[in-house]
Amino acid sequence: MTARDAILGRLRAAVPAAPQGAHAAAARDAGLEARIDAHFGARREMPPLSPVQLAQRMQAALEAVRAQAWCAGSDEWPALLAARMLEAGVRRVVVDTATPEGRMLRAALPDAIEPVAFDRPLQDWKAELFGTVDAGFTVARSGIAATGTLVLAPDAVTPRTVSLVPPLHVALVYAHTLHADLHAALHAERWQDSMPTNLVLATGPSRTSDIQQTLAFGAHGPRWTWVVIVTDKETAQ
Amino acid sequence: MTVSPMQFVPPQDFHARSRAALDDPHLRQSFKGAMAFLQDKRRSQFGDDDELQRLRDLGEAVRRNALAKLPALLEALEATLTAAGARVHWAATPEEANAIIHGIAAERGARRVIKGKSMASEEIELNHYLEARGVACLESDMGEYIVQLAGEKPSHIVMPAIHKTRADIGRLFADHIPDTAYTDDVDRLIQTGRHTLRQAFVDADIGLSGVNFAAADTGTLWLVENEGNGRLSTTVPDTHIAIMGIEKVVEKLEHIVPLASLLTRSATGQAVTTYFNLISGPRREGELDGPRALHLVLLDNGRTQAYADEELRATLQCIRCGACMNHCPVYARIGGHAYGTTYPGPIGAILSPHLLGLESTADLATASSLCGACGDVCPVRIPIPKLLVRLRTEANRDPHAEVDHPLKGQGAKYSRGERMVWRFWSGAFARPGAYRLFRWGATRLRALAPKEQLGWTRYRTPLEPAPRSLADLLRARGQPE
Repeated sequence: MTARDAILGRLRAAVPAAPQGAHAAAARDAGLEARIDAHFGARREMPPLSPVQLAQRMQAALEAVRAQAWCAGSDEWPALLAARMLEAGVRRVVVDTATPEGRMLRAALPDAIEPVAFDRPLQDWKAELFGTVDAGFTVARSGIAATGTLVLAPDAVTPRTVSLVPPLHVALVYAHTLHADLHAALHAERWQDSMPTNLVLATGPSRTSDIQQTLAFGAHGPRWTWVVIVTDKETAQ
Repeated sequence: MTVSPMQFVPPQDFHARSRAALDDPHLRQSFKGAMAFLQDKRRSQFGDDDELQRLRDLGEAVRRNALAKLPALLEALEATLTAAGARVHWAATPEEANAIIHGIAAERGARRVIKGKSMASEEIELNHYLEARGVACLESDMGEYIVQLAGEKPSHIVMPAIHKTRADIGRLFADHIPDTAYTDDVDRLIQTGRHTLRQAFVDADIGLSGVNFAAADTGTLWLVENEGNGRLSTTVPDTHIAIMGIEKVVEKLEHIVPLASLLTRSATGQAVTTYFNLISGPRREGELDGPRALHLVLLDNGRTQAYADEELRATLQCIRCGACMNHCPVYARIGGHAYGTTYPGPIGAILSPHLLGLESTADLATASSLCGACGDVCPVRIPIPKLLVRLRTEANRDPHAEVDHPLKGQGAKYSRGERMVWRFWSGAFARPGAYRLFRWGATRLRALAPKEQLGWTRYRTPLEPAPRSLADLLRARGQPE
């Protein structure tokens, strides 16, 4: 007998037969999801916060976890980020060439900052990415305002390591994509219907309290997280 | 850098180790401070008690729902992950799990494994097993790295190096990491750890991690961490192996939302941790990074024994937050190493007997005053004190008694002498004639009371009957018996 058969056999021998049949079981399950929805729904503001209010809350939550966050218009953010990166001494930044945001940032970068394209498999330039790149730029799929969380869905254009390996992670998130909390994000985006191979919920720079309960930033992931929340004119209305 | 082999401590020496821990003022100070810190952090997250109690109800309901459907959910998880291109393995024992993982390493010619935090891998002593076969394992969680460097084991399931001060760690780094001067500055120590381990992520052939939750509907492994070492371990090497106990699966991804909130707030007092890393398959065609092979090892190791018994099944509701140990007056005084088990504290006392058998773990359930703090803080409402009492009963049951769900090591603390004393006692109290005879004999022959009275006299003065019984005294005062 395989381990699989042995384990499932022992579990099946112990599961009590459903007393009231499949209908009762289905009704009970619907109850569980309804209870979860009611719990998180009851704690959410009514009427729902506007994108501008969500952006303010997102910014405050990010600052509370030691990230830097700015609200900026859709025509302002490339210059803002370029100036900040120059000040911080960034020399090489991973920026894609495929998205409009990637191209806008590239166009705004001064000569002192070299944009690097992630256009090869990681194994072809692993040492270079780990050793020579100062920052990685990503556009978040959405954000969670209550906790200052970025919802990152890495793909072929923006691979997983862009937001992970460089010491500075620079993220852009649109105010109109912000959700009140994790429960709202999961349901509004219907995560259960299609999960990417990797979905990352990132809240601020990496941290640890493993040495005598003392909080330190920049453990293994990014040491600094910058987030620009784009509040364009349509959002403001 | 040298990594010494890990100590292996037998849990049956619990009494001796607890005594040693109690006599170590340095250790007691470390734990006292750490427990107060973690209790405060948790409290700061649960200001609204009504919300906490409702969330605990939800957490319990989600876990109980998952356990009720466990075999079907494991099959569903296997099917969804397999469809996504992952491989799912089943291991009934630690030996099987180790052999599976070594087999994957051997197949790929892997020499170096970088590890994210995984208590299941501690449970099966994976590092030992692989290193004996020429595969190096390096822990990358800062706390795990520190205890590995010191040749120790974690003393807490969430904060592995909680027994060490920053001065201890400063000396450890200076002694073991080349070109490292002593410092007790925490920021500098963390930066040393970061730089030392960075190249290891680049060089590793395999990344190994645990799993906090798994969703059967989407085939998602949900990993919770702060440092980013978990993401690096599961992203940079070409192969990712995840290992989890069979109880960690839940029915739906959305069921994890309340559990994740309970876990981070109970464990470290954070509304969320820095990363929730949701993995639903290996690298897809066109993606430029991420592991090309993803393996999931499902580990039983005694969990099906707890599952078989309706009362003990609640043990498997655990989400490994560590709140029970943070609030346990016994754990706070003796620390995690005294237990000698992978999982210390109250959860360790109720889980370890299923993993290791009662022969070596029966004492753990007695290391409790049954104050109830563990049950009060448990985010998924495991009735820990009730289960401690149940395990004491099982440990004292006649080893040959036939019961519906016998536990490994039933009757490990069974003593014929103790059983006879209790039988005599209940017999004497149940029959007035026998009781009067006993009373008469005991008061007259009190000088003959034995000086050694089983376990009682190990810590207490011997019991000696009074010269006159209460009934005699009452009669002397003119009151009827």
